[in-house]
Amino acid sequence: MANTAEMPAVAGGLSKTGSTGIIGAAEMPEGYGGEGFFATSVSKVVGLARANSIWPLPFATSCCGIEFMATMGSNYDLARFGMERLSFSPRQADLLMVMGTIAKKMGPILKQVYIQMAEPKWVIAVGACASSGGIFDTYSVLQGIDKIIPVDVYVPGCPPRPEQIIDGIMKIQELVKNEPLRRRNSPEYQHLLDKYNIE
Amino acid sequence: MTITNDTLLAAIERQFPGTVQSHGESYGMLTLETTREQIIEVLRFMQESPELEVNFLTSLCGMHYPADAGRELGVVYHLHSFRHNLRFRIKVFFPSDDPYCPTATVLWPAANWMERQEYDFFGIQFTGHPDLRRILNVDDLDVFPMRKEYRLEDGTRTDKDDRFFGRKGHVGQEFD
Repeated sequence: MANTAEMPAVAGGLSKTGSTGIIGAAEMPEGYGGEGFFATSVSKVVGLARANSIWPLPFATSCCGIEFMATMGSNYDLARFGMERLSFSPRQADLLMVMGTIAKKMGPILKQVYIQMAEPKWVIAVGACASSGGIFDTYSVLQGIDKIIPVDVYVPGCPPRPEQIIDGIMKIQELVKNEPLRRRNSPEYQHLLDKYNIE
Repeated sequence: MTITNDTLLAAIERQFPGTVQSHGESYGMLTLETTREQIIEVLRFMQESPELEVNFLTSLCGMHYPADAGRELGVVYHLHSFRHNLRFRIKVFFPSDDPYCPTATVLWPAANWMERQEYDFFGIQFTGHPDLRRILNVDDLDVFPMRKEYRLEDGTRTDKDDRFFGRKGHVGQEFD
């Protein structure tokens, strides 16, 4: 019985880590395998699958939305991270990407969109305005979306370059990959939602 | 015959002697002032007069000058005559403890949202407006943000150090 270190290379000349060659493959999780089987833990496999096929909801309000459009374009392609399918319906999305200034009038709408998303869901705040209000320290702008919804990753910048947005996405992927399966049912998570008066 | 600033002023003064004052021309644009009791009549005359044909209300905006006692709040109407290519403005002033002004929606429907914005930001009540409610701010806001006494910055910000914004009045203060 062979362990992961002695598994043969994936067909086509690509190594299993993808470090050589043009196309990379996702790294195999730790496990015990052999002829026709591979044993690992469910959370690792589910984490791997989720991390490499996140369906984002681009909540693009202003300039950071334009940077996101550049990131989705062919030069800085986000589709290679598995985010080929954008969803503007919160029911079918995993990652809420808030990109741009959120006014206080928009706050309840953003909260409603977040509530409509199904668990597990993650939130990335792209740009200074979504993180903390940005340069708009004024009566009408929400000083950071973490005043109304829980945020996982903040990408500062005004606007952040596509490379920085991709860095934030990769951090989200790390969070997704390592998340315990029962985290969303835990009392700590419920306490987090209670702090924001969600459900 | 094209109307100029002078002929416009002469026509207004012929029709409304004494109640419309001119504040001169800044950058070629005539500025008039009148009272809120007269303003709708003045606007109607200018709109309906075949000689002046002022058919377009470009904008109306509120003003707040807290230093002028009795004339704190005001509304300025920017008007434009297509035929004569003439732009000018008319101002009305009234005290802030009596913030009422007649609505211009009876003459131009475009004034509807503009007056809602001025109610939202200055608290100017337009009498006769069909639907006077806030338009840009949240509906339950209880202050009028563009008045001078209202601070621009949001009150919920916790990370801003006043020293960096010169609020304590010290320039070149040492930071610990």
